[in-house]
Amino acid sequence: MYRYDEFDATLVAERVAQFRGQVARRLSGALSEDEFKPLRLMNGLYLQLHAYMLRVAIPYGTLSSKQMRRLAHVARKYDKGYGHFTTRQNIQYNWPALVDTPDILDDLADVEMHAIQTSGNCIRNVTSDPYAGATADEIEDPRPYAEMIRQWSTFHPEFSFLPRKFKIAVTASDHDRAAVKVHDIGLRLYPNEAGEAGFEVLVGGGLGRTPYVGHVIRRFLPKEHLLSYLEAILRVYNTQGRRDNLYKARIKILVNSEGADRFADLVEAEWTKIKGRGVDLPAEEAARIRAYFAPPDFEDLSDRSEKLEAARAADEDFARWLRVNTKPHKAPGYAIVNISLKSIGGVPGDISDMQMEAVADLAEAYSFDEIRATHEQNLVLPHVKKDDLHAVWSALGGAGLATANIGLVSDIIACPGLDYCTLANARSIPIAQSIAERFADLGVQEDLGELKIKISGCINACGHHHVGHIGILGVDKKGEEFYQITLGGSGAEDASLGEIAGRGLSSTQVVDAVEKLVGFYRGNRQDGERFLDTYRRLGAGPFKEALYEAA
Amino acid sequence: MKLLKLAHGRLLPALEEAQEEVSLEDWRANPQAHAGATALVISNDVPLADVRCDLSGFSVIVLDFPTFKDGRAYSQARLLRERYAYTGEIRARGEVLRDQLSFMARCGFDGFEFAGAAGDAEAALEEFSFAYQPAADGALPVCRRRIAAAEAA
Ligand code: SF4
Repeated sequence: MYRYDEFDATLVAERVAQFRGQVARRLSGALSEDEFKPLRLMNGLYLQLHAYMLRVAIPYGTLSSKQMRRLAHVARKYDKGYGHFTTRQNIQYNWPALVDTPDILDDLADVEMHAIQTSGNCIRNVTSDPYAGATADEIEDPRPYAEMIRQWSTFHPEFSFLPRKFKIAVTASDHDRAAVKVHDIGLRLYPNEAGEAGFEVLVGGGLGRTPYVGHVIRRFLPKEHLLSYLEAILRVYNTQGRRDNLYKARIKILVNSEGADRFADLVEAEWTKIKGRGVDLPAEEAARIRAYFAPPDFEDLSDRSEKLEAARAADEDFARWLRVNTKPHKAPGYAIVNISLKSIGGVPGDISDMQMEAVADLAEAYSFDEIRATHEQNLVLPHVKKDDLHAVWSALGGAGLATANIGLVSDIIACPGLDYCTLANARSIPIAQSIAERFADLGVQEDLGELKIKISGCINACGHHHVGHIGILGVDKKGEEFYQITLGGSGAEDASLGEIAGRGLSSTQVVDAVEKLVGFYRGNRQDGERFLDTYRRLGAGPFKEALYEAA
Repeated sequence: MKLLKLAHGRLLPALEEAQEEVSLEDWRANPQAHAGATALVISNDVPLADVRCDLSGFSVIVLDFPTFKDGRAYSQARLLRERYAYTGEIRARGEVLRDQLSFMARCGFDGFEFAGAAGDAEAALEEFSFAYQPAADGALPVCRRRIAAAEAA
């Protein structure tokens, strides 16, 4: 993985010093809260319902064991002993004190981490495929490009006061695990007919109150021009994006009001003028960054592990976990291990300091020291030998981290909702917990297959409900918490936005509603169909009927 | 409100010379009537791609930050420097705060109508030793420094 050199380290240290000064000026009263707000936001510090919240960047979701241990230390020393992984591969702490935040950032800087641009109207921490460098279905590791974007966007002097926040995601696989179609810019690396790799560039995807799937504005961008092309997009957005209305300020509104073709023309015109003028990285620098992501020294193994097969045959719980939580690796004899942060009845994405230590130990012993965070609020050990899977599973079980539910009905994305968030209409976390408890039986869950439930506490859609196979949105009805169901969304390569199913439901009805929908699916699915496939085949009508029948 | 000017890496209070200001619209409508103008004021919603005229006669171009959150003038300043090769002063007006000064300087601003203390402003420009990306200030980006360091080694 990438390691800081003196330049990266100096800039992060200088950033902490700068923020220390800003906090001191705020505490002394030299800065008003209004003036301090954009500064703290650019360091990931939010003011929530009960306290400050600090969001720490995990660029493209890649972490070392040492970094994970430091995150555990921060949870222990400055918070209540836990952290919360978000839908953007970051981690949040919900209870830090303002005076401590410069010290937290210092502790993080020691292990090459920071909170830079995890909030504010700037280019946010870039996200990517959590299986990058491990999965057989990628054409190359996308993370070097994500790192190039990280450096280019860090303290970008022209793009630090954009109309709104700006999110970029990169993938290099046909299986989209980075939700590139619902980002401000989505980049998909693929080979053209000549066999050269380049980017398909999508712009204007996003959720929130006006959700859109992104438009392709360039079919093929040669890799070496990535940064100049991004700079052209950002300049068009910075100068022409709306600033008169907070809700119309995202780039998706500009793209859709101009039309994707005209927007593409504007970008192309700007790009022609800046291409070749020093924004793109020199080839030596691109190669230097790429070298950090060279594959680890995989052993030459047979793809079949006798040790694994014996353990699989002996223990059905282990066998299920293998089926559900592990994925094929590109190196023979290795597997990708998903660690669920969705224990039944737990808070989606939450992890204690002890669990973080356990994951760090396992990564060190069994996964070349690497850990990934996923946008579905889980973790990944990307490179585990099949021979070691049983040992890893046992240790995860001991730490309460072996729930076999990746991609299943209880692997729910939920935003913080009314338990933490000032903007919420309704609670999200308790709904997620009740649904998971209703479907507690893991055998039943596995039988139901892939089913993505996503819950947002308000229309800002931090829980991505629009792209849930079943989406749940908290609405306010005369001061009471109500929930609206959407059906048929997807944030993956087959992206689509869910449709509203009908009238709102109370918090008790909503769990029954999910059960009815799932029951209808189970009764009507055809061979191998996922919930989403059955929904797409039959259409919304019968599902709505099932949902509202004699309710 | 003081005027600070950036020259040779130092940001110092400047004497306010008398400028005759004219807005871009007024000047375009009737250039003859404003022949004596020395400072051109461009509002931040003007796409600079449209300003295809000779700006070199103005010793100052004033760009506006109606609030510090409105960052359009950063792009305008870079375009003036990098695309239109304007070499006179680019002055920041409006909500010009300490913690935005270094971004402004990188984008090509070298005049600042600044309400705070001058020493504070200069300290703000010294917070970072280098930058990752090229901009209008001519600073060598980190990638070029890396290559230079590798060659020297
Ligand atoms: S979706 Fe709404 S309630 Fe949930 S975290 Fe976002 S803003 Fe808060």
